[in-house]
Amino acid sequence: MRRSVSIAVLLVALGLGIAGLDTGTGRFTASAQQKPETTEVNIDNFRFGPGTLTVPAGTTVTWTNRDDIPHTVVSTEGVFKSRVLDTDEKFSFTFSKAGSYPYFCSIHPKMTGKVVVQ
Amino acid sequence: MSEKKRDELLNDHNHDGIDRRGFLKCMAWAGTGALCVVQGGVLKSYSLTSMSELGPKATGQLSFVQISDSHMGFNKAANPDVVGTLKAAVDKINGLATPPEFMLHTGDISHLSKPEEFDTVDQILKSASAKDVFFVPGEHDVLNDDGKQYLERYGKGAKGAGWYSFDKKGVHFIGLVNVLNLKAGGLGTLGQEQLEWMKADVKHLKHSTPIVVFAHIPLWSVYPEWGWGTEDSAQALAYLKKFGSVTVLNGHIHQTMQKVEGNVTFHTAASTAFPQPQPGKADSPGPMKVPAEQLRSLLGIADVNFVRGQHALPVVDFSLA
Repeated sequence: MRRSVSIAVLLVALGLGIAGLDTGTGRFTASAQQKPETTEVNIDNFRFGPGTLTVPAGTTVTWTNRDDIPHTVVSTEGVFKSRVLDTDEKFSFTFSKAGSYPYFCSIHPKMTGKVVVQ
Repeated sequence: MSEKKRDELLNDHNHDGIDRRGFLKCMAWAGTGALCVVQGGVLKSYSLTSMSELGPKATGQLSFVQISDSHMGFNKAANPDVVGTLKAAVDKINGLATPPEFMLHTGDISHLSKPEEFDTVDQILKSASAKDVFFVPGEHDVLNDDGKQYLERYGKGAKGAGWYSFDKKGVHFIGLVNVLNLKAGGLGTLGQEQLEWMKADVKHLKHSTPIVVFAHIPLWSVYPEWGWGTEDSAQALAYLKKFGSVTVLNGHIHQTMQKVEGNVTFHTAASTAFPQPQPGKADSPGPMKVPAEQLRSLLGIADVNFVRGQHALPVVDFSLA
């Protein structure tokens, strides 16, 4: 049951990622042939770890909520936004363009993090 | 338990029971058998065994109950049975010496904003002796849809994101929403539209009108490091300066806490679901796991009895133990 929920959230997350590709004006370029790198961010004890993550362009970042309390992953500048993540649920986003992407938990806004894409 | 505990104000310069220096905090950990009562503006703490000393003063002209943070749907180790503890809260309400006329629920009704979670709470609360429930949302009630579902269920007749006011026996109640449009790095937020509404709402009230404000996140700075405060609460409180008696009831922090500042008494209620750590006493504000036999002593309800002529409303915390 838990697994199927996680997969559902992941699918939704992927759907959002694809939507981002469609609506962007060339900011995000699809790279279906290339196998993208994946990097993990854990949400634990009301913190994003690591708080600042530096990755090469094209990397897919996956956040996993390890807390007993739900959290969200929301770009401060509206670039990406997860649905609410219950315990062990995941959200992924592929960063195609270099830049700094600050984000926070919209439920607990003291929780902030940043992805730096090189 | 038999030892009587009683603390009174030390800075009562005007001899009217109000601490004008503005800081008095009472951590009423129900598990220790203590509770806090404000009578005539004087905050006292009593052991549970000395309840009878409160006498007729605990019975007022207007009685209501505050419940908070039911978190229906939560099923982790800190409390695998939030249905059972909410039912225990209803039993506690139904056993009060003075039946409350209505209930306030200060948010986090649900854990994940799921329809069935709201349904379950509504169903359980139907067995309470007090039939009317006045809600304000917690952040867990407005997930994924910016509070649309919450408004459809509980916001009939409310303004904006669900704020409203009403009067009961001469007491003016104001329900505020401070869990939406939260900004990165920030605290709870009321927002300009709600503040302007509130300013107009209290403008024509007599100064002698007792005011009760209820909202989910504390309207005072409990512990900003954990987000336990509201960015623009000072503005809201400024509109209430002219009133002689203001009682602010909040939830969110899953523990009872009280502070008297000028004309305002702040009080946070316990959760009916799980306790959270005291400010800064843990790595994070996450659910606090305690031995099963202690859990219900850290959960509870707040009973409020208004007696005309008294300066502030007495708030009594009852644990579910």
